[in-house]
Amino acid sequence: MADLALRQNGRLLVRRPGLVLSVLVLAAVLLAAFAPALFTSYDPISGVPAERLQGPSAAHLFGTDETGRDVFARVVHGASLSLRATVLAVLVALVAGAALGLLAGFRGGWADALVMRVVDVLQAVPAILLSLALVTGLGFGTTNVAIAVGVANLAAFARLMRAEVLRVRTGVFVEAARAGGVRWTGVLGRHVLPHALGPVLVLATITFGTAVLEVSALSFLGFGATPPTPEWGALVAGGRNFLATAWWMTTFPGLTVAAVVLAANRLSRAFDGERSGR
Amino acid sequence: MSLLEITDLGVAYHTRSGVVPAVHGVSLNVEAGEIVAVVGESGSGKTTTAHAVIGLLPRGGRVTAGRIAFAGRDLTRLSEKDWQAVRGTEVALVPQDPTVSLDPVRRIGDQVAEVLLIHRLAPRRAAAARAVELLRRAGIDRAEVRARQYPHELSGGLRQRVLIAIALAGEPKLIIADEPTSALDVTVQREILDHLEALAAESGTAVLLITHDLGVAADRAARIAVMSQGGIVEQGPAPEILAAPAEPYTRQLLAAAPSLTREPLRPRRDEGPDVLLSVDGLVKTFALPRNGSAPRSVRAVDGVSFRLTRGRTLALVGESGSGKTTTARMAVGLETPSAGTVTFDGQDVTRLPAAELRRLRRRFQLVYQNPYASLNPRFDIEQVVGEPLRAFGIGSRAERRARVAQLLDQVALPASALRRRPAELSGGQRQRAAIARALALNPDLVVLDEPVSALDVSVQAQILRLLVDLQDELGLTYLFITHDLAVVREMADHVGVLRAGRLLELGPADEVLGNPREDYTRALLAAIPGGTQHDQEARLA
Amino acid sequence: MRVHPVVRRLLQAVIVLWAAFTLSFVILYLLPGDAVLTKLGGADGGVTASPQQIAAARAQYGLDEPVLVQYGKRLADALHGDFGTSVSTGDDATHMVLTALPPTLAVTGLALVLAVVLGGGIAILGTYTRVRAVSQFLLSLPPLGTSLPPFWVGLLLIQLFSFRLRLFPALGATGFASLVLPAITLALPTGAIIAQVLAKSLRTQLAEPYIEIARAKGASRRRVHFGHALRNAGLPALTLVGVVAGNLLAGSVVTETVFSRDGLGRVTASAVTAQDIPVVQAVIVLSALFFVLLNLAVDLLYPLLDPRVAVVREKVTAHG
Repeated sequence: MADLALRQNGRLLVRRPGLVLSVLVLAAVLLAAFAPALFTSYDPISGVPAERLQGPSAAHLFGTDETGRDVFARVVHGASLSLRATVLAVLVALVAGAALGLLAGFRGGWADALVMRVVDVLQAVPAILLSLALVTGLGFGTTNVAIAVGVANLAAFARLMRAEVLRVRTGVFVEAARAGGVRWTGVLGRHVLPHALGPVLVLATITFGTAVLEVSALSFLGFGATPPTPEWGALVAGGRNFLATAWWMTTFPGLTVAAVVLAANRLSRAFDGERSGR
Repeated sequence: MSLLEITDLGVAYHTRSGVVPAVHGVSLNVEAGEIVAVVGESGSGKTTTAHAVIGLLPRGGRVTAGRIAFAGRDLTRLSEKDWQAVRGTEVALVPQDPTVSLDPVRRIGDQVAEVLLIHRLAPRRAAAARAVELLRRAGIDRAEVRARQYPHELSGGLRQRVLIAIALAGEPKLIIADEPTSALDVTVQREILDHLEALAAESGTAVLLITHDLGVAADRAARIAVMSQGGIVEQGPAPEILAAPAEPYTRQLLAAAPSLTREPLRPRRDEGPDVLLSVDGLVKTFALPRNGSAPRSVRAVDGVSFRLTRGRTLALVGESGSGKTTTARMAVGLETPSAGTVTFDGQDVTRLPAAELRRLRRRFQLVYQNPYASLNPRFDIEQVVGEPLRAFGIGSRAERRARVAQLLDQVALPASALRRRPAELSGGQRQRAAIARALALNPDLVVLDEPVSALDVSVQAQILRLLVDLQDELGLTYLFITHDLAVVREMADHVGVLRAGRLLELGPADEVLGNPREDYTRALLAAIPGGTQHDQEARLA
Repeated sequence: MRVHPVVRRLLQAVIVLWAAFTLSFVILYLLPGDAVLTKLGGADGGVTASPQQIAAARAQYGLDEPVLVQYGKRLADALHGDFGTSVSTGDDATHMVLTALPPTLAVTGLALVLAVVLGGGIAILGTYTRVRAVSQFLLSLPPLGTSLPPFWVGLLLIQLFSFRLRLFPALGATGFASLVLPAITLALPTGAIIAQVLAKSLRTQLAEPYIEIARAKGASRRRVHFGHALRNAGLPALTLVGVVAGNLLAGSVVTETVFSRDGLGRVTASAVTAQDIPVVQAVIVLSALFFVLLNLAVDLLYPLLDPRVAVVREKVTAHG
């Protein structure tokens, strides 16, 4: 379905420059995550002390930090870790949440009641606080941060999946299939899942933006990657001490996060519109 | 000078994919105090025309040509501010669906009084008293109490009366009634139209009645305009249009209107020897949400018994809440009865284990009311129709394909429909596909749950014809669920009349329809629109 | 058994609160991260403490007992408002959290006002104006607001208003002026959510048939918008209260770190850094308490505002 959406979007792109830009930003970030060398030849870990704290220039697009490392190079090399954490977080939320929602919606009864009470509680605590508690329990590090963010967001997936399953399951065409003698496995596989999956995948793209924000916030607070490993949130935190003298150290990494989130949200809205439009 | 003079009106909708014309070259006059009906099927442009007259075209809609003169003044040139002065005091609107047309969080009385306040026709206190008076005139009992209630506390019929009170509040010269009763039960429909007609006559208000039902138009209007595809096909005094339509389209519409025909589509049959479906003492109770001292459960079906013999059609008729659909669902094992038995060809469906019930499903199939919802939008028609075959593992892939092609042929769908998705088909085509699906397994019994009520009349006629032909061809037995006695007249061998879960009357169609025992059945029969027409014909004959 | 709906709703609230405590117990006490090891400096570096020291510390925090016994004891203590003592400072965790609350409430209170005024204003104006450009501009702001990382926005505000324009202090908590920047930072994402929900709700309501009837009465655009649509649209937006409060409270972790303000957020951040489990648990339960109380209040008020709702409305959620 993503394939179909993309093909249909092909025609729309010309008329929606914002969407084109969003796709380009995400493509560039993805490329940076896999092949950072394409974007920069500077070393992200060891700097040139002589060139420390230089402002943005042709040589150093985003300037340099207090040890003379190129900030642009650190942002580019940070993409890999930041994106990996984000994708892991979304996957955790999507897989665990959707599975729980499917169980609740299709099984009903006590399974439904139990799952939904757990979801209630997960949603009674704000996502950031919940992930902070999880990080406290799991320990620090990018992977744990990703898992924490994923778990904090899984409730929304469970809820949506359940609602979708219930909606489709009680739909007339599903009953028509049942009345036509289709077994419940057939109803689930051929009717319920394909319909429920669409909205859930749209939520995944929305959650991608949220996850970028939350992962970077947790690493800004110092619970993610350990220095000198480059990671977007940590880069902003690292520039805090030089706020008055080297504005570029915080501004550009933060701008990168903002751009990625904006692009992801723009794309998810396009998917959403695409879905509800049909 | 007429009160309303529409001259060569053109309306178009500006959408993302371009300008779509909706109405063109429409000319229509309404005299003061006159009722004029605009009749047409969906997409004919009748609602667009009506909305243009009150300046409330939906988003993107624009008048592209012609003029709408109201009491000599061209409305198409009005500014939004001028329109506000016209709406409510000169032209008023009675909408299609009363259940969503009142502000849910404001009291009934306030909503009526608002018209008076907007146009400064009365100070606040007097407006409240006047609102109660208006509600009473619109036929609402205990108007003082009702005025203090909220919309959700009132039935659909009462809400439509409230909307009529709102329309009358500013003493307009013209009321536009846009399908004012199509969302209501037939008996309520009739009362509402009677009342609207009487009030309009009393105050000398003209009514522009928009309807899809020629029967309604025949009963109410002095003149009728027939619309199709955005233009007026034919207009003139009602008796002339009905007795001697000049245009083929009007003739076709007249022939299709079930409310105006009285003949069954095939000769009626007596009860046969072979009982296929037998229902005994069927009861279904539903639990109600807790609500103070109100009862905790409701008996949706209350002791219903009937027999259906092979090759016959039994129609169950009732208004909303009569339990007719629940009865049908229990008959095909989609709902478990609280008491009673359903016996299909000697087997008790209610006590069958799930696996055996599934096997039995090959022999009874269901066709739903809404062909938009009953087909999986992701499937193409071949998948839709072939699904029961697949579910029962019948035939090879190629054999199934051949069978689907044969089924499409039977329901007169072109082979090109195989690869189409439901959304690409018209409502009538979708219902044909749904019927083909129901026939895929060669069932004995087909339960038809309001199979035509979501369709335009001319399409309705085609589908009903198809159903009758299929019955003869394949020896089918039908359990036909409907609210429409006119359709019953065309289809049924036997009729059961349901009300509040009870089977009031059951018997051969001609007996029940021609000589009803129950008052309620008589009321239902009298409520069929087009009665006036029959009276006239009777007089002429 | 028949229970009065209000009693049932109260009972529900208590259960959610109990479940939140249980969840935090599972996360904090049963997951592998070990506070005692961290405390003794042995979490990821080489273990510097002797096994005896570790055992002693475990006994001191009651970590050597069976899980269910620990759970029972901690639940009983929590009912008395006792979440144990801070691992890092040795203070009473509840006391630490409660004393940190007032400065945080000052910022969140201001942020709430800003968020409601700005978010509501944007939604109302954006749907009311007939100038397409204005409407498009206004309604494009909320998606932007939800996309900006708050920690970065805070730093940008400091750079601009403190260092360049010298209007507000960059750090600390001295007087009202120091509230402004953190409150703006905090209000931005929340206001954006309010604007999005209200604008969407308004648009839905304006497309309802009853709006057409109001217009057919001759009602002016203003009357239709404010007299009918806004009243109906505001009701679903009201259910956001719990979400909004939760967001603000959680957001203070970031803003207080950015602006070096003392408060609940700072206490939370340093408690997580020190893996100070009792304090983290106290924070989680407190925030759940806020959420539960606010939703309870909304639930009990809702029937007074919406005649269609008898007593209890559908559940709302804190995020997502």
